[in-house]
Amino acid sequence: MLDLDLLWVTGKGGVGKTTVAAAIADVAARHGRRTLVCEMDAKGALANAFDVGALEFEPTEVAPNLHAMAMNTEDSLREYLRLFVRIPFLGRIGPLASTFDFVADAAPGVKEILGVGKLCWEVRERNYDLVVVDAEASGHIVSQIGAPRVIADLVQVGLVRDQTQWMLDILDDPARTGVAVVTTPEEMPVTETIELLARLRAETGAHASAVIANRVLPAMFNRREQAIVDRLDEVMPLLIDAVGPGARTVVDAARLTESRRSTGAAHLDRLRAWIEGADTVSQQLPIITVPELFARAAGPRVVSLVADALTDELDPEPMPKHATRTAP
Amino acid sequence: MSDLDNLLASREMILVAGSGGVGKTTIAAALGIAAAARQKGRVLVLTVDPARRLATALGLDEFGNAPVRIDPAAFAEAGVKVRGEVWVAMLDTKAGWDELIIRHAPDDEIRDAVLANPLYENITSRFVHSHEYLAMEQLHDLHARGDFDLVIVDTPPSRNALSILDAPGRMVEFFGSRLLRWLTVPYRSRLFTVASKPFYQVADRVLGSRFLQDVADFFVLFQAMESGFVRRAREVEALLVDPRTAFVVVTTLETAPSYEARFLARSLIERQMCLGAVVANRVLPEELAGAAAADSAAALLDQMADPLADAIADELDAPVKQVRSALTQIASRFDDVALVAARESDRRSELAAMAPTLVSVPWLDGDIHDLAGLGRLAGYLRNG
Repeated sequence: MLDLDLLWVTGKGGVGKTTVAAAIADVAARHGRRTLVCEMDAKGALANAFDVGALEFEPTEVAPNLHAMAMNTEDSLREYLRLFVRIPFLGRIGPLASTFDFVADAAPGVKEILGVGKLCWEVRERNYDLVVVDAEASGHIVSQIGAPRVIADLVQVGLVRDQTQWMLDILDDPARTGVAVVTTPEEMPVTETIELLARLRAETGAHASAVIANRVLPAMFNRREQAIVDRLDEVMPLLIDAVGPGARTVVDAARLTESRRSTGAAHLDRLRAWIEGADTVSQQLPIITVPELFARAAGPRVVSLVADALTDELDPEPMPKHATRTAP
Repeated sequence: MSDLDNLLASREMILVAGSGGVGKTTIAAALGIAAAARQKGRVLVLTVDPARRLATALGLDEFGNAPVRIDPAAFAEAGVKVRGEVWVAMLDTKAGWDELIIRHAPDDEIRDAVLANPLYENITSRFVHSHEYLAMEQLHDLHARGDFDLVIVDTPPSRNALSILDAPGRMVEFFGSRLLRWLTVPYRSRLFTVASKPFYQVADRVLGSRFLQDVADFFVLFQAMESGFVRRAREVEALLVDPRTAFVVVTTLETAPSYEARFLARSLIERQMCLGAVVANRVLPEELAGAAAADSAAALLDQMADPLADAIADELDAPVKQVRSALTQIASRFDDVALVAARESDRRSELAAMAPTLVSVPWLDGDIHDLAGLGRLAGYLRNG
C-alpha cells in the first residue's frame, strides 16, 4: 500500500477516515517516503488530525517528510490555467475564476476533475513518493475518481478532454493507484464498504488495495471461559460478598462489551465472505485491523496510536535511499 | 411518559436529524411506532436508504415514493401493541426529481426536453443539496395531501447537518442567481458581451463550446420552471419554522456525533426552529462510571490469587484455571468500558444543558432489524 504513488482513503462518514488517512501518511513519512496528504472535502478534519490550524492549497510540512494540503477548486483552476492555458495573471482577466467556479458548480464532473487533476499532476511530476488522499465519503468517491471518465464521455472537444487520458493512465494502474476503504465493525459501514467495492470495480478503473477495519474490539473469552461467564449469575452472591456490590455491574459491562464485539465480528465475517466470493482480483484484498483504542477525541494523539497499530500490521520496509525521489 | 411522547402527540411533522451512523433511520422508524402506540390515527415514516434488513422488516422491499402500511398482523406477531396505523415510504431521489419536473413544467414539450437532456440526471443529482431538498419536498407533499396525522422524516446523511435547513433557501437562491442568468443568456449574445468575452474564450478552449452549450440548454429549459420551483421552495422553507413542525436530533455520545448534535441544536435555536428533543442513542448504563463498580473491579483483580476462583469453580463445577482467566479478563477490561461511560456521562450533561428534552436509549443487544426490536426502542423513546 505504501509503495503506491496515489492512495485514496475513503469510507462511510464517521468511521475514522481522516484519522486513518493521516496515520497512513504518517507511517509512510516515517519510513522514508516523501508524502503528501490532501483533504478533499474542506471540513478541516485533517488540520485537526495534525493540530496545525487551517490547511491551505499550498502544502505545509507538518512533520519531517510529511506535507499536508486542503483541496480548493479555485486554486486548482488557477494553477491549471497557469500551467496549461498559459494565463499567468488571473487577476487581469477579471472575474474569470469566480465565474468559472459557478460553472464548475453546475456542470457535471468539472469540480471533481480539478481536484483529481491536481492530485494526478503531483503524481506525474513525481513531487512526492506517495500522495494520500483523505477522500470524499463512500457515497461520493466514485464520482470523484470517475470524473475523468465522465468528462471524457460528456465533453467532446477541448483541452480538458485531451487531458483525461494521462490521468486515467495513472488512476487505472494498480501498481500506481489504490483505494483503501475504512470501515468499522458495524452494519451500515460494512454494507457501504461492500457496495463501494462493487461500484469501484463496475464504474471506475481504480483498484481497491485494502479494507481497514477500524475500532475493532479484541475478543475477551475463549469458548470455555464464555461458558463460565454465561453462568456467573448463579454465583453472584458469592462474587458480591467477595468484591462488593459493584460486582454485578462489572460482569454486565463484560457481557455488554462481548456482545458488541460479537455483533461487530459477525459484520466483519460478512465482509470477509463477500470478498472471498468476489472475483479473483478482490480475493487478494486484505482486511487490516486497527483495534479500538479508547482515545478521547480525534487529533494528533489518536493519529499516533493508529499509526503505531498500522505499522505493526503493514510492517513497512524503509524506503531504499536510491529510490527516494527528490523535490523539484 | 416523556416529553417526547407529548411531542409525538401534538406535532404534524417531525424531522429527524443528526450525523451519519448514529442510528437515525432506526430511531425515525421507532418514533413512528411510538406515536402509533400512543394513539389512533395514521403515522407515516419517510426513510432514506435504510439498512436492507430494516427495510425488509418495515415491508419496504421495493424502492418508490408510494407509502405502504405495515401489516397489523406483523405487529401482533412481533408482540408490538399499536393503536394507530404505521405507514412507511422510501425516498427515491430520481423519482422525486421526475415528479418535480412533471409538476412544474409549463408544457409537455419542455417537460420531455428536460427529462431527455443528457445532463439532467447528472446535474440534478449533484446541485444545491438535491437529496436534502427532495426529502423536504416529499414531506411537504405528504403533509399537504392530508392523508396522515403525523409525518416523520429521516433526513439524508450529509456532510453538514445544516444543509438540510439550508436546502430550500438554496433552491430559491439558485433561481435568482447570477449563475443561472449567466448560463441562460443566449449563447451568441454572450459571446459579444464585453465582460464575458475573456471568460468564454478560455472556457471554450478548456471545456469545448459544445459542452457549455449542453449545460446552457439544460438551464434554459430549467428556467422555464422558475416560478413553480421558487413558489414551492418557499412553501417548503416555511415548513421548517411552522409551529406544527419539530426537530428530533439523534446522536450517540461519542465525541464527533455529539459535537455535531450540539452544533445542530444551537443552529436550530438560532433560526427559531423548534428543537423538540435530543435522542442519545446506544448509550452505556450510567452505573458503569460509578465508584461501586470501579471498586469491585479493582477488588476482583486483587483477589485473583485468593480462594474466590476456587469457590466459584466448585460452585459451577468448572475448571479453576478458566474461572480465574475469565474473571481476570472481566476485571482488567472493565477500565476501558468505565472510561467510555464516564465520557458519555460528560457529553450527556452538555447535551442536556441545551435540549428541552433529552432521551437516552441504551445500547441494545445486536442490531435492530425487526419489528420487535423497533417496538422495544419505541418503549425507551416513550418512557424516556
